[in-house]
Amino acid sequence: MKKLAYFPGCAMKDQARPDEAGTLHALAALGYEVAEIPRWNCCGTVHSLAKDDLMRHVGPVRNLIRVQGMGEKRVLTLCAMCYGTLKRSAQFVREEERLARINAFLDTEEDFRGGIEVVHLLTLLRDEVGYEKLASRVKRTLNGLKVATYYGCVLLRPREFAVDDPDRPEVMERVVEALGGAPVPFPERMECCGAYLTVGRSDIVTDRVGRILRSARGSGADLVVTTCPLCQFNLAERRPPVAPTLPVLYLGQVLGWAFGADEPANLFPLGGAR
Amino acid sequence: MNEVTVFIMGKGYHVPEGLTIMKAMEYAGYRLGRGCGCRGGYCGACATVYRLRGDYRLYADLACQTPVQDGMYIAQIPFTPAERPPYQLADLQPRGETLLSLFPELARCVACNTCTKACPQKLEVMDAVQAALRGDIPQVAELTFDCVSCGLCTMRCPAEISHHHVWQLARRLNGAYLTPRALHVQKRVQEVAAGVFKADLDALLSLGKDALVAAYKAREIES
Amino acid sequence: MASELNLSRDHLEAPFSRRVEELSGENPYACYQCGKCSAGCPFADHMDALPNQVLRLVQLGDEAALRLSAPWVCASCLACAVRCPKGVDIAKTMEALRLLSLRRGITPAPVVPDRPYPQIALVGAYRKLTP
Ligand code: SF4
Ligand code: SF4
Ligand code: SF4
Ligand code: SF4
Ligand code: SF4
Ligand code: SF4
Ligand code: FES
Repeated sequence: MKKLAYFPGCAMKDQARPDEAGTLHALAALGYEVAEIPRWNCCGTVHSLAKDDLMRHVGPVRNLIRVQGMGEKRVLTLCAMCYGTLKRSAQFVREEERLARINAFLDTEEDFRGGIEVVHLLTLLRDEVGYEKLASRVKRTLNGLKVATYYGCVLLRPREFAVDDPDRPEVMERVVEALGGAPVPFPERMECCGAYLTVGRSDIVTDRVGRILRSARGSGADLVVTTCPLCQFNLAERRPPVAPTLPVLYLGQVLGWAFGADEPANLFPLGGAR
Repeated sequence: MNEVTVFIMGKGYHVPEGLTIMKAMEYAGYRLGRGCGCRGGYCGACATVYRLRGDYRLYADLACQTPVQDGMYIAQIPFTPAERPPYQLADLQPRGETLLSLFPELARCVACNTCTKACPQKLEVMDAVQAALRGDIPQVAELTFDCVSCGLCTMRCPAEISHHHVWQLARRLNGAYLTPRALHVQKRVQEVAAGVFKADLDALLSLGKDALVAAYKAREIES
Repeated sequence: MASELNLSRDHLEAPFSRRVEELSGENPYACYQCGKCSAGCPFADHMDALPNQVLRLVQLGDEAALRLSAPWVCASCLACAVRCPKGVDIAKTMEALRLLSLRRGITPAPVVPDRPYPQIALVGAYRKLTP
């Protein structure tokens, strides 16, 4: 068994529980001993794009300090947004002056020393497990199911933190393929769903979601998968009445199913997790 | 008598060493109509902030529990305005999203930990906010059991969260819906109603004062 | 948008442009107004000024940029940033405009949740749209 520090984020403990259940099942089958980091806090969802907003890095850095405290060198995330905030904050504090200021502010914590790598489930599956091993361990094939792979934005942008080629990504498609599915790389797969605008401007999000789902259905998909709980919420809850009724699942749900999770009720709770 | 110098709302006073902040204020002539309640560290009315000379930190504590130190700059915070939306416990579900939908500002927490540093009860306040954010009601109830609702965390929070009202709701939900029922209490209530103890009680009632005192002294005490 | 452009050196390097540059870390004068950002912005239809037009106002030091709805419609998806031939990250400029407004007490997009939302939606909205 290979030990792997894991930052779940709030969504995995609430709305995205089926994602976590499925992923952890598959990772155990792949030989990983996943260890949730102790006393973690919300990563803040959105990375600050301003130069002077140091406070926004406090949450992510605190989590990285917990990983350091476990004696681990890297940390796994499932949520695309958590991946973005942790990865970008880890990079942000590579500059010594910033790190010093954040460490001074976090006076009750041990100093962060840097050097923690943030990995997303998709890169782990590609770079460490490998598509071939993934395919060979599958217990239940997706049997040619047409799966639309929705990346959204955070997995691919900004370029420096993309999990794959931000112009022509294929990692999610290759994973679906390894599980026996037929990936559907539809035109809108890299376009944003509207993210947090869902709280105040659901009209805009509904417009975006309609386009995304029509694009997926138009490409012949049977279902859509994503790794971002915010995309999942928007695609499921903000669909316009005219949009096709296309199931939207977390990648972890599909993964868990393919690895023979024997509690499908945990993976596919009726009416969503909340 | 050794004296120390303290500054209450910016004015200096010499007060005897060893007094609590509350006693020192009264010694200095303040009559505390607000900002004072139980005097025993339970009611949370006497929230106070102070600084010490040569130290950048802003301390927060209960005036009735904290001894004065030389060179203390003191201000009372008798009340912290905090938002508590109206709710009926009976109408609520004991689910994580209940906390977040009544107190959505929980989502503004930046994990700065200022609240924890301010808490006179030494609670892990930030951890409780994070537990509330992810919907773990029993964990919130557990972490905040000793909260005295002093409001100091709320006063210091940059995310403008009304902590103690969230705690109260979490403990109510936990108590009403999530903790196991105390079945032995229900059983005993039924026994009382059925008159199981009536004979013993009547016997006690018929005793004179001296016999009652003697019986009291001879009672079995759990050790 | 201004209906008439007054081209003069006086507008360049205006304090407003400087402040936006400081906050965003992006040089507004690097942009040569090709419009690729706006062409790729999935939210442009809903904006009162296109992303490149917002940047133009910043170049001109025109504080009208602060009264637009565009920065509040921008979802920080970075589609503009990855396609700009000049390497300008307009998402950062949009963030700087939001922050400048919020820090001046202007909150055109207050967050008032109208239903239960998952954490991830609320955390994102509060961080981007409230001071
Ligand atoms: S991105 Fe989401 S799920 Fe991830 S920790 Fe942050 S709020 Fe929670
Ligand atoms: S598509 Fe929308 S919610 Fe999803 S990652 Fe992008 S911003 Fe996030
Ligand atoms: S949690 Fe807040 S309100 Fe409760 S005792 Fe601590 S500081 Fe006071
Ligand atoms: S003070 Fe407020 S923002 Fe800071 S950790 Fe506590 S709850 Fe979060
Ligand atoms: S793509 Fe770049 S250069 Fe072109 S208009 Fe947009 S910001 Fe300016
Ligand atoms: S970051 Fe904002 S301006 Fe840029 S493409 Fe996305 S929504 Fe449009
Ligand atoms: S007076 Fe009640 S806690 Fe101090």
